Order: sequence, then C-alpha cells, then structure tokens
Amino acid sequence: MNESTRAAALEAPAITLAHIFWVFLVVGATSFGGGVVAYLRSAVVTRYQFVSDETFIEFLSISQSLPGLNATNMSVLIGERLRGRLGALVATIAMCFPGAIFMLVAAALYKVHGDVPWVEAALRGVAAAAVGLVLATSVQLGRKSLKDIRDYVFVLLAILGIHLFHWKVPIVLLIVGAMSIYSYRPSTRDKEIEKSQ
Amino acid sequence: MNDLWQLMTVFSYLSLLTVGGGMAAFPELKEMTVNIHHWLTMKQLIHLYSVGQMAPGPNMMVVAAIGDQVAELLGALVTVLAFFLPTALLTYWVGQIWDKLEKWPWRTSIQRGLAPVSIGLLIAGCMTLAFEAVTGWITLAMSMCVFGILLRSKTNPAVLVLLAAGVGVYLLRGG
Repeated sequence: MNESTRAAALEAPAITLAHIFWVFLVVGATSFGGGVVAYLRSAVVTRYQFVSDETFIEFLSISQSLPGLNATNMSVLIGERLRGRLGALVATIAMCFPGAIFMLVAAALYKVHGDVPWVEAALRGVAAAAVGLVLATSVQLGRKSLKDIRDYVFVLLAILGIHLFHWKVPIVLLIVGAMSIYSYRPSTRDKEIEKSQ
Repeated sequence: MNDLWQLMTVFSYLSLLTVGGGMAAFPELKEMTVNIHHWLTMKQLIHLYSVGQMAPGPNMMVVAAIGDQVAELLGALVTVLAFFLPTALLTYWVGQIWDKLEKWPWRTSIQRGLAPVSIGLLIAGCMTLAFEAVTGWITLAMSMCVFGILLRSKTNPAVLVLLAAGVGVYLLRGG
C-alpha cells in the first residue's frame, strides 16, 4: 500500500462497524457454493466501494501467500483497512457466523438422522460431488498458476510426499516448499527476467 | 476441560497448515481427528465435510461440526476460534508490514514457490477424500460429472452438490 492510497482511505467518510458487520454478514450468509472471494469483491468493490479494485487484488495476493482461508484472510485485511483492529475483528466474525450456524444445524440433524438409509445414500452422493468439486478447483487454480515444468514436478512431489511417503502436511510444506522457493530464489529470478528481455 | 484444550491445540496447529486453502490441511485433519483422537469416524468426517460444501462462507466450517461433536456448543466455539484466529493474527501482522516486504527479494520467491506446493497439497487432500467417497462406478461417474460440468460452465457448485444428494437417494441406497 503506498502512502497516497492510505491517506485517501483515511479522508473518506468513516464506515461504521455496524455497516461492516452487515456487509460481511450478508456475504457470509449468501456465498453458497464456495468462491467467497468473488462474492466479496462484488460487495466491497462494486456495490459499496469500500476499497478499490487494485487494493482488493493486492489483499488477495497477501491472502494467498499466507496460511488461512481466503475468505477470512480477506475479511481481516479489508476490515483493518476500513476501521483498524476492531474492523478486522467485526468483519471476520460476521464472515464466519452464518456458515458456522449452518454447520451446527447440519451436525445436529446428522446426529439424529445420519443413520437413516436414505439420508446416508444422499450423503454418499454429496461426498462424491465434493470430490469432483475439489478436483475442479485444483485444475482451475493450476491453470492460473502452474507455468513452468518444475511447477508440475513440485505438485507431483507434494502429492507423493503425502500419499507415497506418508509425510505429514507440515513436513511436505517444509521440504517441498523449501525446494520450490529455493528454485525461485531471487538470483535465478533476475536472470530469467534478463533472459526474457 | 481436557477436551477443549485438545480441540484448541489440534485446530490451531491445523490452522497453520491451510496454505492455499483449507483442503491442504485435510490429510492432517483426518489423521488428528479420526486416527489419533477418535473424535469421529472417517465416514462421519467425509459426510460432514461434504455437507460443508453446501454451507455459505469459509469452506472449512466442518470444523464447527467436529467441535460440536466433541464438546457441544462450547467445543464448536473453541474449535472455530482455534482454527481461524492464528491465521487471522498472522494475516493482520503481515498486512501491516507488507509495504516493507515489497523490497525484500524473497517475497516474490515465496509467493511463486508456494503456489505449486499448495496445489499439490490440494490434490493430495482431494485424494484423501476420494479414497473414502469414491466407492464404485456410480460415485466415480458422479464425481466426474460434477468435475466436468464445473470446468465447462459457471454452474453454482452448491446446486450440483444438492442434485448429487438427490441422485444418491435413488442410486446409492443400500449400496
């Protein structure tokens, strides 16, 4: 964030915490089918103009390079920009609240009716669909960010780490992550840029 | 009390593994909740995770259901806090110093380097789910249909998940 955009944000009329809560609550309650980021963008950039599109994209790049779900990381960053610490807190709680209630109701129903044969059959169908959904998300992300042959090597290594070597997730992150980051270390990156120019 | 403490430690640990999305932590979520702590069975985890795909908001709210299973409403609250707070604080802090990091040459290296690893972990998580959820030709065909439709159109995934529940009632009963 450069100084001028921060100053511009401060000059804008303050957005109340209640307004932040409401906007994030609505996104948290209506973003069915995942893809919260798209719902969030249409609310805070297009409809309410809380932040500019450039800021939104910059926040997204921060969110994606840190652990945590995009939905909550984005709530923290946008909430902070609007009303500091309290803004971040309120936005994140509002984002999580409806989904949490949904899951608590689902869990209560599941406890009582989960063993009923037709419910179990429905759940098996839902689980099969979830596999297709997660696989589609992987392919969509892959199309965007896998550019180099070595990217595919690291994808494969991460998969093999989990399912062939039975490493724990943090071990894969440490070993394969370190190899991958090292392969994109600053010195080689500069050379690639020189080559392409 | 002991349960709450365990929920807190397990889910704060899982929180930090969600690089590139919640699914990256799925193999470890299964290991901790099913194999180590026996909070629920693999079948229950798969069912609740899959139902969670219909919920709005952050797509790992299955953690609320697990917390509820272990220690009722308080368990759910502790679990959700433990799962979202560590990464929220980290994001808050990095957001504050992001400008300074701009000049740090390794920032781009980390962003670029983590991308393929997080996609690999996502696919690995999907496989953990598939090993349990794809049990025969019908479930395989259903997964592939959802996969194909989502890549070729802008259908809302929640609609497909709901349809799959209906198809399941007809085709998967007693199977």
